[in-house]
Amino acid sequence: MINSSLKQLGAMLASKQISSVEMTQEFLDRIAQHNAELNAYITVDAEKSLAQAVAADQRIANGTAEPLTGIPIAQKDIFVAKGWKTTCGSRMLENFIGPYDASVIERFDAAGAVNLGKTNMDEFAMGSSNETSYFGGVKNPWDRSRVPGGSSGGSAAAVAARLCAAATGTDTGGSIRQPASLCGFSGLKPTYGLVSRYGMIAFASSLDQAGPMAKSCEDMALMMNVMTGFDERDSTSLQRDKEDYTRDLAKHESSDRPLAGLKVGQPREFFAEGLDATVAKVVQDAIEQYRKLGAEIVDISLPNTKLSIPVYYVLAPAEASSNLSRYDGVRYGHRAAQYTDLMDMYCKTRAEGFGAEVKRRILIGTYVLSAGYYDAYYLKAQQIRRLIAQDFEQAFKQCDIIMGPTAPGTAFRAGEKTNDPVAMYLEDLYTIAVNLAGLPGMSIPAGFAEVEGKNLPVGLQVIGNYFDEARMLNVGHAYQQVTDWHTRMPEGIA
Amino acid sequence: MEWEVVIGLETHTQLRTKSKIFSGASTTYGAEPNTQACEVSIALPGVLPVLNKEAVKCAIKFGLAVNAEIAPRSVFARKNYFYPDLPKGYQISQYELPVVGKGSLTIQVGDTEKTIRITRAHLEEDAGKSVHGAQEGMSGIDLNRAGTPLLEIVTEPDMRSAAEAVAYAKKLHELVQWIGICDGNMQEGSFRCDVNVSVRPKGSDKLGTRREIKNLNSFKFMQQAIEYETRWQIETLEDGGKIEQATVLFNPDTGETRSMRSKEEANDYRYFPDPDLLPLEITEVDKSAVEAEMPELPQAMVARFVSDYKLSAYDADTLTSSRAIADYFEATVKAFGGEPKLAANWVMGSVAAKLNEEDKDISASPVSSTQLAGLLKRIADNTISNKIAREVFDAMWAGEGEADAIIEKKGLKQVTDSGAIEAIIDEVLAANVAMVEEFKAGKEKAFNALVGQCMKASKGKANPAQVNEVLKKKLG
Repeated sequence: MINSSLKQLGAMLASKQISSVEMTQEFLDRIAQHNAELNAYITVDAEKSLAQAVAADQRIANGTAEPLTGIPIAQKDIFVAKGWKTTCGSRMLENFIGPYDASVIERFDAAGAVNLGKTNMDEFAMGSSNETSYFGGVKNPWDRSRVPGGSSGGSAAAVAARLCAAATGTDTGGSIRQPASLCGFSGLKPTYGLVSRYGMIAFASSLDQAGPMAKSCEDMALMMNVMTGFDERDSTSLQRDKEDYTRDLAKHESSDRPLAGLKVGQPREFFAEGLDATVAKVVQDAIEQYRKLGAEIVDISLPNTKLSIPVYYVLAPAEASSNLSRYDGVRYGHRAAQYTDLMDMYCKTRAEGFGAEVKRRILIGTYVLSAGYYDAYYLKAQQIRRLIAQDFEQAFKQCDIIMGPTAPGTAFRAGEKTNDPVAMYLEDLYTIAVNLAGLPGMSIPAGFAEVEGKNLPVGLQVIGNYFDEARMLNVGHAYQQVTDWHTRMPEGIA
Repeated sequence: MEWEVVIGLETHTQLRTKSKIFSGASTTYGAEPNTQACEVSIALPGVLPVLNKEAVKCAIKFGLAVNAEIAPRSVFARKNYFYPDLPKGYQISQYELPVVGKGSLTIQVGDTEKTIRITRAHLEEDAGKSVHGAQEGMSGIDLNRAGTPLLEIVTEPDMRSAAEAVAYAKKLHELVQWIGICDGNMQEGSFRCDVNVSVRPKGSDKLGTRREIKNLNSFKFMQQAIEYETRWQIETLEDGGKIEQATVLFNPDTGETRSMRSKEEANDYRYFPDPDLLPLEITEVDKSAVEAEMPELPQAMVARFVSDYKLSAYDADTLTSSRAIADYFEATVKAFGGEPKLAANWVMGSVAAKLNEEDKDISASPVSSTQLAGLLKRIADNTISNKIAREVFDAMWAGEGEADAIIEKKGLKQVTDSGAIEAIIDEVLAANVAMVEEFKAGKEKAFNALVGQCMKASKGKANPAQVNEVLKKKLG
């Protein structure tokens, strides 16, 4: 069961082969068995999950079930959920119980999905290895000495180790795609504005976007059907007609060259210095596979790629420094036990409540917004952000879709980059530009690279034009029809 | 040396919307602490602002009322600073691109008219309130007010005296209520002014260093504060001192201003565009829609009163001192159908006097415009004299009923029957032979005395014009 697709799980529930309560219990048992080692979940609440499963079984019985009804989904601990502890990976919110539901939570609830628990993450989603979490690092199920990537590292490990049927993540600079690559599954960051940010704890508001993390493109299409849609509570939410992301998946399944006519752009900057040679090989092989499926590969250029990291590390911290100001110890969250006056209360509360990486970014953000520096940093970065978006605009005149590596390497060892923030930041070299442009980006399993005698997963990044998620999922699905990378499971989790 | 004071104002007007500027929480004043604080007001993790369209409408109304440019695109920015009653750690305001641009407002000081230039007006949210002393040794935070919509209206440094500044503030106060965007309640903080004051040698075109008097919520305090501040600055300079840029507070008990913080202590607010809100776009269509809802503005109304009702500029100005008074007057004229000047005299006279005496607003007048018109009709058709009308009006004010009923009940109907009047006159002439003799001897005054006797004999009910006429004839 654990390796079944969402569609198969749905069919099992519909045919009463298994109940949602049984399915939920099985995943809860798996969590009980593996979570102590992997640390994928921060909060598991069997009682709450099973209550939802009972309700789902009723829906299935009375014929009002939807595709995800009764299926256990793990939620990144960045989504506020009513009655659930919502920590965002921080000591600041260690004891914060959500008093309301995020839009994403509401939508999964309405679809009848079971909330299986809240997954570990880098503190306030700031990190690429899940090592900044106040609740400890997460182990990569493929090699437990290695990190799962981040910031959605808990969801990543949970999907890879089959501790959930699927999970949610959020992606500000690569936080869905990079862990998907490092843990060998499929992850999608939708077009900015497609999934409501209401109730999703803000890191960098103009870049944050929630998306699915699952075993296959088909699974992600089903999740996208639930997650997307206009929400008047988020002013940046886009008012568009509802889409069925599964609509064309079956279309090409019978064809030999299902992708004939598709132009795939291969940005030369993504294959330059910085990319691990073994990863490059896996990605090239995957693109070769696409040629066999009928796609035409064209050489393209995204000349400002190298600027995306410096631009991101001005803009994201700037927004974060302001977004995190509300954690002041006054109304909720951590407050220092002892202080002499208001200023002392602020200082101690924030010194104790935030970890080093969060503090680093608050400092950077405060600095770049300060009088006298604003023009040189923030304003300049905004200008370059537009140039980066224009790069893609030009590229999409030459191709339908862009492919390249998701991350420059495979999963690295825990502690390997924690003392070198810049090395850590370079993990997002190929993903950040997509957030800056607001485009949809996806990572799908493309194979394995042998590192020190171990096979580690490698992801292929697929970047689409705005609102082209359905096509991206089709393109990914076509590949997953002829490859089995996405069905591989790490050892020792069965 | 002769000095000149230079004054500019920043006014925070609380907009009359039902809900807050970025959430659905109520804006009603005076509720129990934190009962009007929704998740957005508290700034819980994950919440987002959504702009209240009514607040935007208010801003457009104001822009139209002061002939200002209304920005087709304006931007909300975050003003970052820490304070316990500022829940997000930043205030959402407008910085570089405000919704309302350059406009102007004309004020009257004595006999002179002066145009004050408005620099800009921008939308922003109010903060909550810190409550000290409610609990021993602790400060409480009340977030009911957090997120209340404000329009901050900024002028150029165009005023040259406390009187001009107060005249501007009063005019603005009247205008924002007139167009219905603010309730004008200064005690509750719905209209509060920050006043920038500097002095310079008369004739100089360079501005002196300014100090900002914060949060004045009464015109009296404004006058006192500016006068004190002006004196203090002049004395400081004359004593060889220097003015340092500062924010000051006015203490009404001492009548003095006191420095709150200097420029060096000022915050760096790290403004940047709020990524949670899209730029505010206002189209010509939006503007026209608001324009269609706009009431006639005071200046246009004055002109119309002068031309349509043949009122003097003074009368028209007085009658438009508030929209409620203007509306009352116009409703009276309409229901009356007679001479508008008569209606004007009554509204500015007896009605205003009574309201003043009882410290009432015209909306609380016990005599409605229709009722007043009923009384004016009886004056116009000679049923009663102006003098008797005042008696009837007092009875109406006391709640004794409609004009006609009172006239009937009290038998106050004017006597116009020439036979009856002649009979009264004959009686008076017979009883006042001496006076008749005096008149005949050329003493004009005696005639008036005889008229008075006739009126008295009729208990005021005889038509004075008729008495005059018949008496003249009889004394031939």
